[in-house]
Amino acid sequence: MSDKLHEVSIEVNGKARPGAVPARLSLVDWLRDELCLTGTHVGCEHGICGACSVMLDGEPVRSCLMYTVQANGHRVTTVEGLAKPDGSMSILQDAFCETHGLQCGYCTPGMLIAAQGLLNSNPNPTEEQIRDAIGGNLCRCTGYQQIVEAVQLAAERTK
Amino acid sequence: MLSTHGDSAKLIAGGQSLVPMMAMRLVRPAFLVDINEIAELKFARTERDTARIGACLRQSVVERDGALATRVPLLRQALAWVGHVQTRNRGTVGGSLAHADPSAELPLAAQVLGAKMILRSAKGTRTLDAEEFFSGPMSTSMRPDECLEEIHWPVWSEKRTGSAFTEIAIRHGDFAMVAAAAQVALDAGGRCTRAAFGLGGAGGTPLAFPKIAARLLGAKLEDKAIEDAAGEAAKECDPGSDLHATKEYRRHLARVLAGRVLREAHAKALAATR
Amino acid sequence: MNPFRYIGKKRRTKEDPRFVSGRGRYVADIALAGMKHVALVASPHASARIVSINTRPALALPGVLYVLTGEEFCAGTDSLVTGVDAPKLTRFALAKGVVRYAGEWVAAVVADTRAQAEDAAELVGVEYEPLPHVIDPEQAMAPGAPLVHPAHGSNVILHKKFVWGPVEEIFAKAQHQLAFRATWGRSATVPIETFGVAAQWDPGTEILDVWASIQMPKYPDQVAKALRLPGNGVRVHYDVDVGGSYGVKRGLKHTVLVGYLAKKLGVPLRFIEDRLENLRGGDMQGPDRFFDMQVAFDSDGTLRAWKIRAVDDVGAYAGRAPFQLGKPITAICGPYRILAVEYDATSVLTHKTPQEAVRGFGQSPTNFAMERCVDRVAAFLKMDRVELRKKNLIRKDQFPYTIPSGSTYDSGDYHAVLDKALAAIGYPALIAKREAARKGGKLAGIGISTCLEPSGGNSAFEVLLNPKNETTTWMDSCLVRIDLAGSITGVMNTSSSGQGHESLVSTVVGEILERDPASVRVVRADSLSALPSNSPVGSRMAIMLGGAAAGAAKKIRETLVAIAAHNFECAPEDLEYRNGDVSLKGAPEKKLAWDQLVEIAHRKFHRMPPGIEPGLQAKFVWEVPTGGGLPDAEGRVQMYPCYSFEAHLVYVEIDPDTGKPALGKYVCGHDCGVMINPDIVHGMTYGGIAHGIGAALYEKFSYTEDGQLAAGTFMDYLLPSAMEVPALAIVDHCTPSPLTTFGQKGSGEAGYLGAPAAIANAVNDALAPAGAAIDTLPMSHLAIWNAIHSGKRT
Repeated sequence: MSDKLHEVSIEVNGKARPGAVPARLSLVDWLRDELCLTGTHVGCEHGICGACSVMLDGEPVRSCLMYTVQANGHRVTTVEGLAKPDGSMSILQDAFCETHGLQCGYCTPGMLIAAQGLLNSNPNPTEEQIRDAIGGNLCRCTGYQQIVEAVQLAAERTK
Repeated sequence: MLSTHGDSAKLIAGGQSLVPMMAMRLVRPAFLVDINEIAELKFARTERDTARIGACLRQSVVERDGALATRVPLLRQALAWVGHVQTRNRGTVGGSLAHADPSAELPLAAQVLGAKMILRSAKGTRTLDAEEFFSGPMSTSMRPDECLEEIHWPVWSEKRTGSAFTEIAIRHGDFAMVAAAAQVALDAGGRCTRAAFGLGGAGGTPLAFPKIAARLLGAKLEDKAIEDAAGEAAKECDPGSDLHATKEYRRHLARVLAGRVLREAHAKALAATR
Repeated sequence: MNPFRYIGKKRRTKEDPRFVSGRGRYVADIALAGMKHVALVASPHASARIVSINTRPALALPGVLYVLTGEEFCAGTDSLVTGVDAPKLTRFALAKGVVRYAGEWVAAVVADTRAQAEDAAELVGVEYEPLPHVIDPEQAMAPGAPLVHPAHGSNVILHKKFVWGPVEEIFAKAQHQLAFRATWGRSATVPIETFGVAAQWDPGTEILDVWASIQMPKYPDQVAKALRLPGNGVRVHYDVDVGGSYGVKRGLKHTVLVGYLAKKLGVPLRFIEDRLENLRGGDMQGPDRFFDMQVAFDSDGTLRAWKIRAVDDVGAYAGRAPFQLGKPITAICGPYRILAVEYDATSVLTHKTPQEAVRGFGQSPTNFAMERCVDRVAAFLKMDRVELRKKNLIRKDQFPYTIPSGSTYDSGDYHAVLDKALAAIGYPALIAKREAARKGGKLAGIGISTCLEPSGGNSAFEVLLNPKNETTTWMDSCLVRIDLAGSITGVMNTSSSGQGHESLVSTVVGEILERDPASVRVVRADSLSALPSNSPVGSRMAIMLGGAAAGAAKKIRETLVAIAAHNFECAPEDLEYRNGDVSLKGAPEKKLAWDQLVEIAHRKFHRMPPGIEPGLQAKFVWEVPTGGGLPDAEGRVQMYPCYSFEAHLVYVEIDPDTGKPALGKYVCGHDCGVMINPDIVHGMTYGGIAHGIGAALYEKFSYTEDGQLAAGTFMDYLLPSAMEVPALAIVDHCTPSPLTTFGQKGSGEAGYLGAPAAIANAVNDALAPAGAAIDTLPMSHLAIWNAIHSGKRT
């Protein structure tokens, strides 16, 4: 296995972050272990559970299925970057608190990314569209009900 | 890089199929050749008879492309079944085709429509029909030093064209147990002038049934004709058994789904006012 | 009318803000300086002798510190114990001599990074000699079957039969009887976070610090014992956020392994299971059980008695999992007035991944079998399934109601909950919809289940199933303190995995002290400073932690009143406590405010009543209500104290051409007494229903003939997404418990206990016109299609 380090510069939550990483280092591992942005979580490492979801150039992707080097020159947004500029919770994050759209919190960062991705392109989604948008984010605590309610509430409040 | 390293190098595009396999240590290329940043591989151009799509165009971009939806409607219909939003934001058209999973949606669409694959190597380019391209489960006729560069999707110019895609998967976004796709064109009198249909997950490669489809031409697409065609296709295909579906169940689904897509494509063609 | 100020009202939880900001602190987020990582070498064989292990190639890799094998590990630690009477069963994190299931850990590699550890693990050369294996429980019980633990002498590690009431007599006289088998496929609650543990040994203090994603009673004690450390040689940090557990995160073997290595190597270590290790070798699979049900009943639908023979395949090792056959005894006649029950329970070893405790601890599989039985009786008598249930449900005037096995149901109004659920789903209209769908050629069905959720966690089934294990203490505790600044802190003594315990404690303390729960901070002690706790299991925390928090807060309130009484030279009865201030009844201007009382307690000893300690703190430690009893000679004993109830109704349509089920309207009528935080209760109930949908339709740990786990990734072990779980509605009812502080009952297992039963009944209702039935879970597309096309029972 190659130990060669590749230079990267990736914009993470609005800040340029340089790095020197081996090719095999996944994006999620770099975010968590090198940048200490531990909000993004690992659940399966084979692209099913969605807990690792981040925005890449504004679109939700699974960061366990990307190598850090592949994100070079791109923009990444993690859950830590969803807050408003003044540091307060986004409308969506606040809506999750209002409807209690989470319990253990483990799937939540990925869920927020997927939901925010939806609202960014579809500010008025139907319930079906919400469920489809979070269809790649598995949750074992909530049964999705209060999550769907949170996204609906956020859509209403964003108007 | 591919010419130099041969089998120990692998192309990586979206990585949605390759990286899980690497994470589970089932595939261990010594080199990954990342083609994601090659701008020339990321385009979509519709010409008169053909829609040309660069291999590295993201599936979600294709899904949202209105021109493509009009000219090659089967693409958007197929993509609706591919994984989830995150998968399609990163996965590429070429990547899915090169991965050649016999139950995958884009390979089936390519097989049914007779798409052409443009392959490039250090030595030049060559073109393979979908039929020649897919050679077996998870394998293609590409040489170790070749990269899929472009895919040419046939555009049907007939006014009354309809297409449909469906599959049975256990959960939304899962691999299909069986998938089916169909496209038909009708003349003013409702007689079928062109037909293509196929099945995924029913053999070692995605299957198209040009001979059976040919027998639909020249007449109205009555239910019986459709049922017969679907039945014959189901008899001809060679599905496997696994944890979630037996051979018999797949064969049954093949007949049911082939019938459904032909009926739906027919209904859409009847309603088409292009 | 809600008599409470905070309890039962909508309230944002304390926990949510940090989680939505990505500021949770899970074990994988804990980085200890100089930390190394662990990866495992697992057996590819279901049963084999380990001939040799060559660690040299692995040790040669850069970054590798150590490779541990079973030989060393099993000599250096004590075996983990099983709760049943099977003293010859040993269990270690690493195999020694033989492997007993595919996926069992054989060696552990320690390296600078997890990637290096995994690279090295691949190079450990293990030579095996495959041995015969058995993976079917009935085959495992047959003479001549390969023995999983030869020293035990058989593959049966538990067999108990109980007869409560005149069962045979009733069966002999009954007008009708029927018999069938119901099978619950091996599944588990599979949290999205795998199990992980970090450990660090400090030779200076001789303490092993442990951080883990844990939900387990008596965890520090068992870790210490296995590591041959004194009980106070292990300090478990309960303030680690756990990413879901629902019973399974009992990682004892993981912890002993990592603890041993941390101590031996003198470096902090962290081991996070990857998903493949978790599914195959984490020992967190769940009940795998068939029930041979026999029921005796009358022509008018009265259920008279039933016989339940339950056989559960526990896998290759056993911790507490066999007790999952015992817990359902606490509700062995369901919510029905069945006066005699025979229960025959067997736990069998096979060469499969071991089971662990799963949400409900065996109640959901048992409810499934019982509810299928009720529907079959209705079908037999051509009687309406709702009417049959209503006829047999215990009536509200009959509570407290003692069942044949000795437990008393505290309170309930099952008919009211069922009626509410029927009204909420629009039952007559749903029937019409079903009929219309059927006329249109579809297979359509409505499923009903009426089930109990026993709560409170009095695990008296332990001593019932193993008389040598005389454990009757099921306790919990809370410490509440008010500091010199007047701020309130509640200290709880166990970990949480999403149940909102901080919100629970702050709401309860706020209620008693009449102070805003937002001002109450809740922290967790570590195991060295903790008061006794039995962990969040058995739907017990609202009762036990809620009760303890209330008890501690009450003591503080009494102290505040006593301080005021002393200062006003009057009796406590002359005083009024309001919002933390204490004033004289009838003379409200004579008042000592909260801040003043706090100051006296902390700083003005000269103004304190004699005999009261300085400061303001109180602990409350208590035993489960109605607990502490041992079984009588007939095997009757009071188990869980409080009984929540659920009535599920669900509509399903099945595509007859493909076997694909589609769930429609879903309503759950739910009564868990007084809800302390409705959003939390509802959330857990929705989640339980989703777990139930998974168990009913999608999830199975399937094995191949040669003992390989075929469903070893998320591509084959299928968790339902938001597309598979329909919109869910809950309609609440409240019959308070007479046994608890506020009338609350437990609710942590809600939804899961009744959903699989309801969905199974819905699918069977849909298949009935086709002459087909399915009594095996999960009801996969293939199974449904097979049932339709063979028109026979599977």
